[in-house]
Amino acid sequence: MSVEAPVAPAPAAGAAPATTFEPVIIGFTCNWCSYRAADLAGTARTKYPPNVRLIRLMCSGRLDPTFVLKAFSEGADAVLVSGCHPGECHYIEQNYKALRRFKLLQRTIEALGIEPQRLQLVWASAAEGVRLANEIARVTEEVRAIGPLDWPAGDVIDIDGVNLEAAWEATGGDAGGPPETADCVDPEPAAEAAR
Amino acid sequence: MSPTAKSNGTAGAAAGSGAKPKLAIFGAASCGGCDIAIINIHEHIVDVANAFDIVLWPTVMDGKYSDIEAIADGEIAVTLVSGSMRTSETVHLARLLRRKSQIMVSFGSCASEGCIPGLANLSSRKQIIDTAFSTSSTDNPDNLRPVWECEVPEGVLHLPEFEPVLRTLDQVVDVDYTIPGCPPESNQIWAALEAVVKALNGTGPLPPKGSVLGAGDSTVCDECARKRDVKKIDQFVRIQQVAGFDPEICLLEQGLPCNGPATRSGCGALCPAVSAPCIGCYGAAEGVVDYGARLMSAYASVVQAIKPEEIDKVLDGIPDPVGQFYRFSLAGSLLHSSRSAWQGDGE
Repeated sequence: MSVEAPVAPAPAAGAAPATTFEPVIIGFTCNWCSYRAADLAGTARTKYPPNVRLIRLMCSGRLDPTFVLKAFSEGADAVLVSGCHPGECHYIEQNYKALRRFKLLQRTIEALGIEPQRLQLVWASAAEGVRLANEIARVTEEVRAIGPLDWPAGDVIDIDGVNLEAAWEATGGDAGGPPETADCVDPEPAAEAAR
Repeated sequence: MSPTAKSNGTAGAAAGSGAKPKLAIFGAASCGGCDIAIINIHEHIVDVANAFDIVLWPTVMDGKYSDIEAIADGEIAVTLVSGSMRTSETVHLARLLRRKSQIMVSFGSCASEGCIPGLANLSSRKQIIDTAFSTSSTDNPDNLRPVWECEVPEGVLHLPEFEPVLRTLDQVVDVDYTIPGCPPESNQIWAALEAVVKALNGTGPLPPKGSVLGAGDSTVCDECARKRDVKKIDQFVRIQQVAGFDPEICLLEQGLPCNGPATRSGCGALCPAVSAPCIGCYGAAEGVVDYGARLMSAYASVVQAIKPEEIDKVLDGIPDPVGQFYRFSLAGSLLHSSRSAWQGDGE
């Protein structure tokens, strides 16, 4: 079960401070290639970061874009999609479908303000355990550099509006909150008072 | 949570107590089209008036929020809320009406999934207010901005606060039923109201909680008379780029981005029948978690290109993916808003 419990690289003593951000990455792998590549990496004792949680699909073409959006909305910092090299799909051409979905998704999440690097596509054959491990390491470092996603839930505004306001202020606000009260004083009554 | 209709018995009891069951119709952040659609049930509106004692309907009759506050909890049999949760006022009213009502119906696209107002979730509150108050079409030389609280010599004035993100009704309160559509088709509204009236009379069962009323459980494609066969396209076109579309063939197969594959049936596929693509106003089809995700999946399946650069070229035909995939459903989608909306970092 190398995939369920990848060999975690033992942190060098004192190298990683406790505050290092550890991204959560959901990886979707194809049963016929990249899942086996991950398995091969395990058998060969090739190390890759434990940040990735691999989920096996029968084919990258099985990847419903909903899976990706759900991962982001429930706390994933990045999603890695992996399948057979173009032309090598077990189901003939479904990895092309995955490629098109990936490209559409990347455009959409970018428009919503999610860095496109948070969704990555890696082709890896069943023989490419080392390649997959390297790619996982690369993606992990890229996401670590970007930082956490922390996408809030849709009903994040608490029943009295407290939670959202707090969360919103915590992010620095947008300076779009209530302006100074003085701004709104109608000039006319003030003029009248002066008279 | 507030009392909700658990069974036919609860609602029937209200009807049996002598007085007519109470009905409230409230429009939150909406265009008012849902109210017009209700009135469009024509003479059936008399049946509605016969069946219910209408306690709140700001569009057609005078009413005070204080009158609603005076009603006992759970005394309103049915409340229809159209419109989304944009300000502290709409949120307050939604919670108040939930407490007073046995059955809370999310009426129309705004209440159910955010609709067009939900696209404001692509912008921060500051961007929205700046656009509304300081664009070239606005005469505002002093650059005034609305404030939620304002001290004047006579006292302190309050305006409902504009919330950072727009939410759907079910993100704020517990919802019993949903009637989709922008607006719901009038015949469907009457069908849904009739079912509720029957249940209140004790002559029919109440639909199970969470049901979608007044719509089908399939997709617009299922109702559409156009033929689908090849399911392969090599470019997306815009409606004005083509002189005429084949009246028989699926619009998506002709390259026109049509949202039928993800959209709930119930409208009668009116738009594709006249060569206008479905834009998705009936919301997500049964079983669809995220409307845009289903649509992205469908579009990716019909595109023929396999080389990355070719795919990019085809996808350039959809210049605004969020507008295309989430025109009506952004606020109710899995990601629900852009980062600049919830983080407020957009300038």
